Amino acid sequence: MTPPTPAPTAVGAQAPPERAERAEPARARRRGPRAPGRIRHASLPYLLLLPALALELLIHLVPMVIGAVMSFKTLTQFYIRDWSTAPWAGLDNYKLSVDFSAPVGKDLLDSFVTTCLFTVASVALCWLLGTAAAVFTQESFRGRGLLRALFLVPYALPVYAAVITWAFMFQRDNGLVNHVLHDQLGLGGDRAFWLIGDNSFYALLTVSVWKGWPFAFLIVTAGLQNIPKELYEAAAIDGAGVWQQIRRITLPSLRPVNQVLVLVLFLWTFNDFNTPYVLFGRSAPKAADLISIHIYQSSFVTWNFGTGAAMSVLLVLFLLVVTGVYLLLTSRGRKSANV
Amino acid sequence: MRRLRAAAAFATVTALAATASACGGGSDTGGSGGNDSPKSLTYWASNQGPSIEADKKILTAELRKFEQRTGIKVKLEVVPWSDLLNRILAATTSGQGPDVLNIGNTWSASLQATGALLPWDRAAFDAIGGRARFADSAVAAAGAPGKDPAAVPLYSLSYALYYNKKMFADAGIAKPPATWDELVADGKRLSKDGKWALGAEGANLANNIHQVFVLGKQHGADFFDSAGKPTFTSEGAVAAVKQYVDFMAKDKIVAPGSAEYAQNQSLRDFSTGRTAMVLWQAAASTFAAQGMKPEDWGVAPVPVPAGTPDAAKNVNSMVAGINISVFKNTHNRDGALQFVKFMTSDEEQRILNKTYGSIPPVKAAQQDPAFGAPDTSVLRETLLRSAAPLPQVPEESQFETAVGTAVKDLWADAAAGRAVTTESVEAALAKAQQQMPK
Repeated sequence: MTPPTPAPTAVGAQAPPERAERAEPARARRRGPRAPGRIRHASLPYLLLLPALALELLIHLVPMVIGAVMSFKTLTQFYIRDWSTAPWAGLDNYKLSVDFSAPVGKDLLDSFVTTCLFTVASVALCWLLGTAAAVFTQESFRGRGLLRALFLVPYALPVYAAVITWAFMFQRDNGLVNHVLHDQLGLGGDRAFWLIGDNSFYALLTVSVWKGWPFAFLIVTAGLQNIPKELYEAAAIDGAGVWQQIRRITLPSLRPVNQVLVLVLFLWTFNDFNTPYVLFGRSAPKAADLISIHIYQSSFVTWNFGTGAAMSVLLVLFLLVVTGVYLLLTSRGRKSANV
Repeated sequence: MRRLRAAAAFATVTALAATASACGGGSDTGGSGGNDSPKSLTYWASNQGPSIEADKKILTAELRKFEQRTGIKVKLEVVPWSDLLNRILAATTSGQGPDVLNIGNTWSASLQATGALLPWDRAAFDAIGGRARFADSAVAAAGAPGKDPAAVPLYSLSYALYYNKKMFADAGIAKPPATWDELVADGKRLSKDGKWALGAEGANLANNIHQVFVLGKQHGADFFDSAGKPTFTSEGAVAAVKQYVDFMAKDKIVAPGSAEYAQNQSLRDFSTGRTAMVLWQAAASTFAAQGMKPEDWGVAPVPVPAGTPDAAKNVNSMVAGINISVFKNTHNRDGALQFVKFMTSDEEQRILNKTYGSIPPVKAAQQDPAFGAPDTSVLRETLLRSAAPLPQVPEESQFETAVGTAVKDLWADAAAGRAVTTESVEAALAKAQQQMPK
């Protein structure tokens, strides 16, 4: 599908028309024979990627490899001054992590399940709210700019400041949440606990969605810019209602954008450390024990860095598999859609 | 282009997935303390006063004195308790840390095991005036037995029972409770009309440990045996934890809201008259900062099962306190020793401990009449007669986390109205014990 407007946007930008692609080699031919040392056209993209790949190697891959090496060591406080001297543990850390009959493995599994439930719920709600808000503000109306700006406030606030404010609001005795629910609306008998016990899951989910949905809104808003108005006009002439237009035009057109959006939200949410850490401190309640906090605890609180590293490696493998499968499925979907 | 997209996708996925990877540690830069930076020191102080700013003000005046005398400029950073251990750990791993730092004395053996701190052998102690200047119980909480201490005692503290005189008088209670039975009986009279008898910090792991350790001692239990192996599920340990959580679950003298406290909110509750008693270490300056007059509160020894506090059978506090350590990787070893000597001098010990309401671990300074005031004399007597150090084992940090979290979860059960039974306490402690490194 080629957009009617030539202005590309950050998301959903289209490839330029073929004529433009052919124009560059034509110009190159007019300049005569290739000068020695001239960058070959085919390798140019890779050269452009090189700085990013070098930094990727330095910032991500090297620490990942070190982390993987650590996972095969008995790394406790006795060795952290020079972790390379820690004795090899073989697969012991991995066995400990996946022994679901023992406390360490069982807790990791519980934390993993909690994280999966939390991620699915958070991503779904973020996407739903973001999409709804983007569709709602698609048409121009008075105050739309202000409303859009307001929607983005949670995304613009520093995470720590925002989450610590939520932590105050969720306090049982003096928090705003219970004040509204209990004192003003008269709901329930006793004041609920939000920062300990089972409700902590919902407190965490609330903050996560509040923090995450503006990003979904931003991306979907950008995606909506690329849907030609003519499609809606044609559909309206054919008698399609608003809901049908959303179902038949908006959502299918947003598919490529949503695929990236859901993947990014999934990874961010699954690995979210800041929110639970600021909300609950070093030891999160069991109901909100996300895997990022759990691994942090294993490493930095109980000082079993080898076990923590093994858990991290397992987590990375899981995320790579999920992401790989997701990309495979979505690329197949794209291919079949193009046929 | 398709290949390019695949490469870009791979790079993106790797980058995103990598956010979950473990961070690599630094390596030891060797170093048992050099002197290549003789005119400056970096000092991480723990937060002792009502706020970080108050501490900066208090300490800056003293550091200026040190600079005038030695010409060494001290760069001060007051680190909040919530960050201090992580910061020390990061410094240990990277080799990039301060020259001198404060540590909670309960961490001494754990941090000693890392090898990051300068051991205080005879020569090092001699450089600061000798080991004999310090109280034995304070030095006992500066490292594992049989090893050169990893730190020097700086401020000593113990627990005391602070009580609101007016609330006691209103309830017709003449004197503070001396035994737990009395505390519960008084507590039931005090807990009414939205007010509660006893403050607690249910989500504060360290505080939980301090309380159950003492109760454990009173039940004849230790959380580690003589070989350093955890014994969390001993009958005495289970009874101690249950007794502590039962103040809320069974006796109903602790506000349910206390289960989520972790930031010293119980002191605020006490200052504002919402609770009548709180078990704390040197809380006077905080009460004053929160607007409570000194005549409004009294202080008494922490209750015991029966009779009076006594080192043999009625331990009623852990040996609390702050130690000062020198980082092995210091670039100013001599200056660091000079600084520790300054901070532990009789004069500075008097000034600083007076300011913070703590007790000097330096014997000569303890004799100052200022430490004979009603509140500090209780702390001093407790330290002298009935305080015991927490287990000085390398796994102390893990113990605080594992058992502290178990107690925190039990508080949450109690607050939610769920039953806290001997079986549930035992199960929680058994799980904590299984989480300890083998």
